[in-house]
Formats: sequence, C-alpha cells, structure tokens
Amino acid sequence: MTQGNVKLERSPYPYTGQVVIERAATQPNVCDARVKIELRNLGLYYENFKALEDINLHIMCNSITAIIGPSGCGKSTALRSLNRMNELIEGARVEGKVIMDGENIYERDYRVVRLRKRVGMVFQRPNPFPKSIYDNIAFGPRLFGVRERNILDCIIEESLRRAALWDEVKDKLRDSALTLSGGQQQRLCIARVLSVQPEVILLDEPCAALDPIATQRIEDLLSELKNEYTIVTVTHNMQQAARISDFTAFFMIENQGEPGRIVEFGETSKIFTNPDDERTEEYITGRFG
Amino acid sequence: MKAIDREWIIKKVLLVLAMMTVLGIAMIIFFVVKESIPAFRQAGLSNLASSDWSPESGRYGMLVFFTGTLATSLGGLLLGAPLAIAAAVFLTQMAPRRVKTVVGRGIDLLAGVPSIVLGWLGLTVLVPWIRALTNSTGTGILAASILLAIMVIPTITAISKDALEAVPRSYREAALGMGATRWQTIRQVLLPAAKPGILVAVILGMGRAIGETMAVALVIGPATVFPKSLTSPTHTLTTKILIDMGESTGVQRSALFAMGLVLLLLAMGMILLIRLVTRRMQPVR
Repeated sequence: MTQGNVKLERSPYPYTGQVVIERAATQPNVCDARVKIELRNLGLYYENFKALEDINLHIMCNSITAIIGPSGCGKSTALRSLNRMNELIEGARVEGKVIMDGENIYERDYRVVRLRKRVGMVFQRPNPFPKSIYDNIAFGPRLFGVRERNILDCIIEESLRRAALWDEVKDKLRDSALTLSGGQQQRLCIARVLSVQPEVILLDEPCAALDPIATQRIEDLLSELKNEYTIVTVTHNMQQAARISDFTAFFMIENQGEPGRIVEFGETSKIFTNPDDERTEEYITGRFG
Repeated sequence: MKAIDREWIIKKVLLVLAMMTVLGIAMIIFFVVKESIPAFRQAGLSNLASSDWSPESGRYGMLVFFTGTLATSLGGLLLGAPLAIAAAVFLTQMAPRRVKTVVGRGIDLLAGVPSIVLGWLGLTVLVPWIRALTNSTGTGILAASILLAIMVIPTITAISKDALEAVPRSYREAALGMGATRWQTIRQVLLPAAKPGILVAVILGMGRAIGETMAVALVIGPATVFPKSLTSPTHTLTTKILIDMGESTGVQRSALFAMGLVLLLLAMGMILLIRLVTRRMQPVR
C-alpha cells in the first residue's frame, strides 16, 4: 500500500496504473510515516462566526477515524475541510494547515480538483445522480478522460464489487440509480467514490438515513475498505464509532456561539473505555448530547 | 349567520369566480371560431392554406404569414434562448451575490419594457444598422428575431433559473466532491437535471414570441410576400391582423379571424407540449 509500485500490481486496469505511477514518482513512500493527513491548528470561519478552533489531528493510513460529538460542534465542518468542500459556502475561510502526504492542501497553488479526486466524499443522504447505475459510476472516470468502453466496464465492475453491490445490480446497470433502495444507493455512492481510486474516503454520517440492516452492510464494507484506503467518518452513533473505528476524535462546543474544539483524540478502545477527559466520558455514557 | 352557511356561500362565490376564467376562454374560442367560419365556408381550407393573399380576387392564403411567424419566433429563440440559459447558469452558479442582484434586476426590468418602445428603438436604431451592414431595407426576419430575442430573454432566464435552483444541492456536491470542475458539474449534472424545466422555459418563450405583435410590426416590413432573405420585408400572422383589421370586411375579415384561430391553436399546442415535457421527464426530486 505504501509504495507506488506495490499498488500498481493490484491495479486492474491501465488507467489507474498510470495515475499510480505518476503519484509514486512525485511522492515516494509518503505513507511510511503512517500519518496520512495532519490537521495543524486548523480554524474555520463562516463570515465572522468561528466554527472551529485549534483543531489538531493525525489521521492514520489504513485506519478508520471517527469524529463524534454533539450536534453543531463542527464535526461535518472539520470533515469537509479535508477536501475543501467548505469552499462551496460563500464566506468560509480557513486558518492553519491541513497537511496530506507532506503538502498543505490549503496552499494557494494546490489543485483542488486533484485533491477531491484523491479525497472522496460520501454524504449523509445518498445522492446518486439521476442517471443509470452505470453512468453514476462512470461519471468520475469520464471526468478524468476515460472514454474506452472496455476500461469503463472494468472500472464499474471493480468499483461495484468493492462496494459490495455488484451482485445486486449486475443485471440492471442501465436502470436508474434512483430505483435502488436507500442502502443500495449509499453503497452506490461509495462505489462512485471508489471509481476514481481515491486514497482517502470521507463519510459524513453515511448511515444516518439508513435502516439497521443497511447500516450493518455499510459498516462491514468500511471495515473491509480500510485495508486499502484511509477512512474518516463523522457519526452520531456512538456504538458505530466504537464498533468500526480505530481512532476517535471527540468534538465539542463549550458554550453557545463558541467554536468547536477537540476535547480528546486517541485510540477508540481507550476513548470508549478509559477516556482522559471527564466530558468525553459524560458524552459517551450518554449524559449529554 | 351560522359558520357553516357562511362557508357554503364563500365556497360558491369562489366557484363562480373560478368558472369565470373558464367561461372567458370558452367565449374567446367560441367567438374566434364563429367569426372565422365564413372564411372556411366561402374560401375553403385549401384557399386559406395557400400562399396567395389577394382579397380583391378572393384569395386568402395565410402561408406567408404563418411562415413569417414561425421564422421570427424560431429566430428569436435561436438568438435568445442560449443567452438566456447562459444567464441563468451564470446567475445561479457563478455570480457573486452583488453581481447576481444587479444582473437579475436588470433582466427583470427588461421584461417590463413596453413592446412599442422596443419596437420603436428597433425601427430607429436596429433597422438602420442592419440596413447599413447588409445593404438591404433592414426590415425583416432578422430585425424581428433580434427584438423577439430581447423579449424572450427575461421569460426564459427566470424560468431556467428556477429550474436550476431546484436541482438538489446534493448533486452539485456529489459532482464537485468527485473532483469535477465547476464547468463539468454544470454541463454534466446541473443542466441535465434541470432539462425539463429549461425546456418548459424555452416553450413559454416561444409562446411569447409567437404572440408578440407591436414590436414585430414595426420592423418586419411589412410586405405580403415570402422573404427573399433574412433582411427583406415580410409579414407574420399577428402583424397582418394588426395592419388589416381596421379596413377589412366580409370574408377578408373572417380570414383574419381564421389567422387568430391559428395563433390560438399554436398557443394551445405550446401548452400541450409543456404538459408532455413535464410529464414525460419527471423533474428529479
């Protein structure tokens, strides 16, 4: 995983192979440090309102990092700052650094389109495009110039397989994605992200709109995907965080109107069994939030 | 009075008021049909559908005017619709708030310009300009199309804007989150998702262009002949009715009503088309 050429071997199609070669050439062994993304004194404003302050986090390679905390504490904002989706909101402004593979993604000449290809995102509500299942997955590869039918077919099968959706949809790839159930749609969205071979996958409460069985499938899927990707997920569901994540960050706002801060960050097992901070314990035992 | 009685009365009053609109359109159709019957009776369908308009020898062909109406409306759409859709995309997707307000208000104001003013400007500014550029009379389909384009832009922009704004934000986020550029997002996600609404906008613009009279009348020529080029005088259904209605009697008058009937049918056709478009391509939730 850590080396470009190792990755190349399991690349099933030339398209990704080429990307991987390119990546390996520019960033050799970047993952050896095991830290994929580092947030350094990150602060975020919406106009004059400060939504986040002093966020320091290490996101490890091939692990699931869960961000938990009460509503409105800036969890989603923090997540969205990792692929610069906050920039879609007018008046959003960032201070501090987010360093991925040694580069600050907020550097002026950092190419955001490239960043979002490397850092894919899955949203709270499944949001497939109103196109066929096939075209949903093909969307990303086509953006990056893949036109050949057989390569697209290959990418689509591979992505759907990895998202554990292939067997359910292989006979109806031309059907509208909107005919799928909510859980299937969410796995389709994951497959869509996988289709461009990201390195990091961000999930913003991916199971909030799903029933328990569909949730279970997504959780299983994430546990499997972490072998190949770095995963960061926001969740309201503490059992879920405890079940699937390796690291947990607990966010909180002290008082109304103040920015969200990290109360505690560490290995999930420690956070959930023996937290350092009293507030963490109160939150995970359900005394507030 | 008991509350229940009052409710009954209010209900009936509203029903009557609502029926009035239906009655209105029914009466218009009835009257127009009735007045155009003599033309169908005495001149006949093939006469009316011909291209020879010479009332003095009993020829009432409206094909020239029909062609003129179609040509000017389509020309107006061809020029106006792309601009209007581009404006809608710009306003909803790119413009900073302040620019959005200014440009949006400007386009709204455009909708309020009386057509006679626009026509007059067309006659005094646009026509001389075309005349100088093309070495022709300057009047005709091109001038009319340009004026119609200006007139359909506010309609098409406003409705396309609504359609684009109705596209769920999640589509945009999904596309941008995949690494799509803003342009790719617009082209491949937003416009396809807003397509039914934009089509409706264009059809409504078409309806407006077909019915427009005053501005077109001032720059179309007029001349009761097929146009030899885009810049030679011709006529449309509306302008022919406008110019001839004061001084025609008998079958000729009835033939003008038949032209009105054709306009009415075109308008209804547009509404039917909108129905079809919105039903066939269910707008996405």
